[in-house]
Amino acid sequence: MTDILRIENLTKTFTQNAGLFGKPRSMSAVRDVSLSVAKGGVVGIVGESGCGKSTLARLILRLIEPTSGRVLHGETDLTHLSHRSLQKARKDMAMVFQDPYSSLDPRYSVFDCLAEAYIVQGQRMPTGRVEDLLDKVGLPRTLAQSYPHQLSGGQRQRVGIARALALSPELVILDEPTASLDVSIQAQIILLLQGLRRDLGLTYIFISHDLGLVRYFCDRIVVMYVGSVVEDIRDPQSPPQHPYTATLMASTFAPDPQLRKDLVALEGEIPSPFDLPLGCAFAGRCPRASARCKSERPTLAPGPSGHPVACFHPLGAGGL
Amino acid sequence: MLLEVHDLRVSIGAVTPLDGVSFALDRGEIHGLVGESGSGKSLTAMAVMGLLPLIGGSVTGGTLRFDGHSLQRPEAELRKLRGRRIAFITQNPMTALDPVRRIGAQVDEVATLHLGLDRKAARVRTIDILTKLRIPSAETVAHSYPHQLSGGMKQRIVIAMALAAEPDLIVADEPTTALDVTVQAQIIHILTTLVRENGMGLLLITHDMGVVAQACDRVTVLYAGRVAEAQPVGGLFAAPCHPYTRALMECIPREGMARGALAGIPGVVPSVVNYPAGCRFHPRCARADAICCTQVPRLTSQGLDGFLSCHHPLGEPSS
Repeated sequence: MTDILRIENLTKTFTQNAGLFGKPRSMSAVRDVSLSVAKGGVVGIVGESGCGKSTLARLILRLIEPTSGRVLHGETDLTHLSHRSLQKARKDMAMVFQDPYSSLDPRYSVFDCLAEAYIVQGQRMPTGRVEDLLDKVGLPRTLAQSYPHQLSGGQRQRVGIARALALSPELVILDEPTASLDVSIQAQIILLLQGLRRDLGLTYIFISHDLGLVRYFCDRIVVMYVGSVVEDIRDPQSPPQHPYTATLMASTFAPDPQLRKDLVALEGEIPSPFDLPLGCAFAGRCPRASARCKSERPTLAPGPSGHPVACFHPLGAGGL
Repeated sequence: MLLEVHDLRVSIGAVTPLDGVSFALDRGEIHGLVGESGSGKSLTAMAVMGLLPLIGGSVTGGTLRFDGHSLQRPEAELRKLRGRRIAFITQNPMTALDPVRRIGAQVDEVATLHLGLDRKAARVRTIDILTKLRIPSAETVAHSYPHQLSGGMKQRIVIAMALAAEPDLIVADEPTTALDVTVQAQIIHILTTLVRENGMGLLLITHDMGVVAQACDRVTVLYAGRVAEAQPVGGLFAAPCHPYTRALMECIPREGMARGALAGIPGVVPSVVNYPAGCRFHPRCARADAICCTQVPRLTSQGLDGFLSCHHPLGEPSS
């Protein structure tokens, strides 16, 4: 399979001004992330809040400028394109945002919202395109003249998806598309996304904090912790190798009282991205950490189960 | 019974968002109240806490009893109960704490107000509780302001405040919704341990079926302001009787679930101004027929230990 997107050593550092006399501080939101996305796949990116998953999504579309590294779409390096050519390149990629309440312009009707993509690209919108898009996302055509405040959360997110599909992109980045929805609506949206992918041959990057959902929906899971990729699971059913992934799994409750967990309180706190430890960022909370973990940073390398993991003491099949 | 809610009706102005909610919980028990947004979970919590006047609501029917006494009494008497015998953990730890007061002072206040301790004794107690909740360097944390703490830490402070007067009942409204999974696991661990060790009652309000399965003993499922079904947790997950409960379970991805096995529920949760007639779930229910559209199903006991309101419960052949 060909790669639709290649991310190479992508890094984003934000600098915080500390007032008149303070020293500016910098934090690394995304640190040296490399990733290739195969055409037709669903890549899940999971991690807790502040791990850099949304920043990574924004960097891929160059909604924010990376500090270093490259994003390649086919042969095109997106990070060095001029504004004009970037706009052209972006029509192959789209994004669905987390909050359907703030990502739709309240003064645009559904029709305007879907037509805007064509205006931005300077293209003529084919007749009947809006109706076609509404059909695709399962909304009644009569909603075309409605405004966001007249829609429910689930309907808004469907409009968000229709907008992403307007220019027939190859790649859609889904940034927690169901996080603010009820479970019954979340399931509707996931079903819709699965159908669209099958019908339109889309490639997804699916960002979520919900490991259960990612394991269901994605065929590859990238786990991030404090800005870097710690594990790249190629088969969602294969056991975790990184102690952090294992911790995430142990903290996820299954909807089945027979699978209750004996909870063990995880010691320590997530390190501040302003003040990262020298070694592995997870070392302070990791039950397997050794002296080496505190002084040296592990890089991604194939682990015992075959897929890449950034850990000096990866887990075998046995678990924690 | 520690808390008994019977046929509770809550009105806000002309609308009646809660209409016939009943459940009971005993000491040492974790009772889950689940439902999607708009089902009336938080309103039930507000009613139990006597906080409805804050949002212009009032109890217009049914009874609320705590430890044998009615909770429908004057505000002055409720104030003596609230924080002392019934504690409340709110959903958002970011807004539950006063941003301009130090953590220690906020926790101390509970003991000085309700237990009559002086400031020094209250602080000793605060440090003790914070340590029990595994808050590292409790003294430093007591000196901090809320903005200096992480979300999980703030939620632990809110729990500390709830525990400070050793209440009999804790009402926790989505205590982990705003938190990451590893922090959620910590908080659920703390809450369940406290209930098991100290024999408190916990009313745990959540929309997360994983949390319910992990923590609760009994579960009441709400839909559009009414009880759909109530059962012990094992039975609810193994054999849900209400079509809504089962549909809700099928919305959640499970371990080893095949692609495409996930099912959504068509339509949306109705809002309080357009509750459908009859069974409020009927427009979204695969088993609904003519009777469901007109007649409200009564909440009746089901089996040994359950309650159900459905004309066509699962387990009997659908017509």
